[in-house]
Amino acid sequence: MKRGRIHRREAFLNQVAERLGRKAYATNVQAPQWRHQPQWTVFQGYSEDDLLEVLKTQCAAIHTDVFETNKEQLPLTLQKVVSRYGGGPVVTWNDPRFAEYGLSHLLYHHWRNSGIHVHIWDPSLGAVNITEAEQANIGITFSDITLAESGTVVLFSDRGKGRTVSFLPQNYICIIPKSTIVPRMTQAAFYIHQQVKAGKEVASCINFITGPSNSADIEMNLVVGVHGPVKAAYVVVADG
Amino acid sequence: MSMKIGEEPFHARVKSGIDNSFMRGAVAGAQERLHARRLKAAAELGNWEEWRALGEEIRQHTLANLDFYLFQLSENVAKRGGHVFFAQTAEEASQYILDVAMEKQAKKIVKSKSMVTEEIQLNAVLEKAGCEVIETDLGEYILQMDDHDPPSHIVAPALHKNKEQIRDVFRQKLAYDKTEKPEELALHARQTLRREYLSADIGITGCNFAIAESGSITLVTNEGNADLVTALPKTQITVMGMERIVPTFAEMEVLVSLLTRSAVGQKLTSYITVLTGPRHLEEVDGPEEFHLVIVDNGRSNILGTEFQPVLQCIRCAACVNVCPVYRHIGGHSYGSIYSGPIGAVLSPLLGGYDDYKELPYASTLCAACTEACPVKIPLHELLHKHRQVIVEQEGRAPISEKLAMKAFGLGAASTTFYKLGSKMAPSVLNPFTTNERISKGPGPLKAWTAIREFPAPEKERFRDWFHHRKKAGDQP
Ligand code: SF4
Repeated sequence: MKRGRIHRREAFLNQVAERLGRKAYATNVQAPQWRHQPQWTVFQGYSEDDLLEVLKTQCAAIHTDVFETNKEQLPLTLQKVVSRYGGGPVVTWNDPRFAEYGLSHLLYHHWRNSGIHVHIWDPSLGAVNITEAEQANIGITFSDITLAESGTVVLFSDRGKGRTVSFLPQNYICIIPKSTIVPRMTQAAFYIHQQVKAGKEVASCINFITGPSNSADIEMNLVVGVHGPVKAAYVVVADG
Repeated sequence: MSMKIGEEPFHARVKSGIDNSFMRGAVAGAQERLHARRLKAAAELGNWEEWRALGEEIRQHTLANLDFYLFQLSENVAKRGGHVFFAQTAEEASQYILDVAMEKQAKKIVKSKSMVTEEIQLNAVLEKAGCEVIETDLGEYILQMDDHDPPSHIVAPALHKNKEQIRDVFRQKLAYDKTEKPEELALHARQTLRREYLSADIGITGCNFAIAESGSITLVTNEGNADLVTALPKTQITVMGMERIVPTFAEMEVLVSLLTRSAVGQKLTSYITVLTGPRHLEEVDGPEEFHLVIVDNGRSNILGTEFQPVLQCIRCAACVNVCPVYRHIGGHSYGSIYSGPIGAVLSPLLGGYDDYKELPYASTLCAACTEACPVKIPLHELLHKHRQVIVEQEGRAPISEKLAMKAFGLGAASTTFYKLGSKMAPSVLNPFTTNERISKGPGPLKAWTAIREFPAPEKERFRDWFHHRKKAGDQP
């Protein structure tokens, strides 16, 4: 990637440094060990099942339906959930997990043969993907990391993993492998921090998504479904 | 000063605030709801005080090393192909953004909610140059449609409007033909704004937290508008106040947890989005070009002074939601986009005492704001410091007022002081004092519950009180 330009940094930072009582701006600082670390104690020692219970309880508060299934039943469950939310058109990521979880037949044959339009994200098609996402009734992705406490799915963008799949369609379904559930955002942030420290590039877009979009801007009334999806559902797959 | 809203003098603004009974009811209701939700969210964690201590420690460390973290941030943004512009003034910031817009021959610009772009009056600059600028946060959009009505709350900008007014604005401006039901209004905005995202040339956002270690920016919303603003237009410009930065993802996480709980009582909002640079070559959505504009605009003058803690602010509005004065006079009375206790501390620092010398007096110094603040900014002490500066250094108040300062110095437990503060608002404290949730509140609310012991407020109108005070500088 070509390096970007930085304008007017010297004078700006030297002014800041001067106000902080330094002659020149600092170029090496280590963040200390914080004296308090309450974030690590939340749901400490919880098992995968315990965390799933936490997640399910939280989903009631965030207007999100939860469906539990296993790998064998997943195609059938997903099919049911999709028709429950009104069927196609459907847009999905191009993510190897769809094949791993036995969903290829559903995506490439079953739905298409039964008249449900399916668009699988394809970077070579360019902006067509966005039009497809915009016209889709349902967007489907996997969760990369799942946060029990807040009922949040974490998505890392990538070439096959377009960001708008989870935003533009009317409804959003996220498939959550049970093994991706962690107590809270702390664990996800720590993981990403470790990646950065190891010199890995972070995804250009990391979405922490917690249920459907909403707003309370009109007289503090909660309206569910504003700019993003109007409804959201999680399909949790036992994958142990 | 660009953060200023309206030209009316302070007491006139306060009067129109007090006379607006819908606004006062709405403010009181919103305060109560948000307040209760924040308490619940804090209580769920069980050790809120530890969280606050952590938040404070992170913010203090970051500010003490702000030069380094901004350096690191800019390096990492550039590494990922983004451009960084350091703007010492509001004018420099908006000029740079205008230059980018001109270079892109931008006609339409969509924006997600951003206080700092209000502060630098970006919309006016872009509109003057012929760009159409569209706010996409529902509250901001409503205000924009209503001939740029100013925001009255940091988190809920259109709090002062009722749904009938919003319906009428939509009917006039957006060919709306449905009712005042919030769902129908929101749906109409959804449909109208969809077209705008898809056809905009540039997306402009604010920034809740920049992450120095990776050159990322974090956006916190419930509506999902920031995501569409950054996913669809070809160019993204993010504008941040220079203090809105954390060292790593680990600290971002902690501050986001504090922010969403304190602002709206949610564990997390619907969308927390972390963006790094422009999109990769093989990605289809996301911007092709990314610019980060880092704004000083008076902030560095606060560094190294006794007011430095105000820069710890994460703009959650928890202080606004507990403030008895805000409750009574509403957001517009502050004459600044920053209202409530944080506004009363920050506006005079960024905008000067000439415009904002009254604000530090728009407070009972009851310390409810300080107790509510998730990053432990001593707001009421900073308000007190402002008064000292105004009296002692600026010589703007007569000698007798210096005596009054002594009374302030006695702090929130002083009856003399309380009389001074509460005269302004005979009805201010009632809803809170009769509110069970609050009297049973945990640690942070001690200051509030203590107020219950105070003598009943006297019946003099705030404007009268203020008027007298200003004229005579009398000790009450
Ligand atoms: S001063 Fe504290 S309570 Fe007020 S908005 Fe800022 S962070 Fe929130």
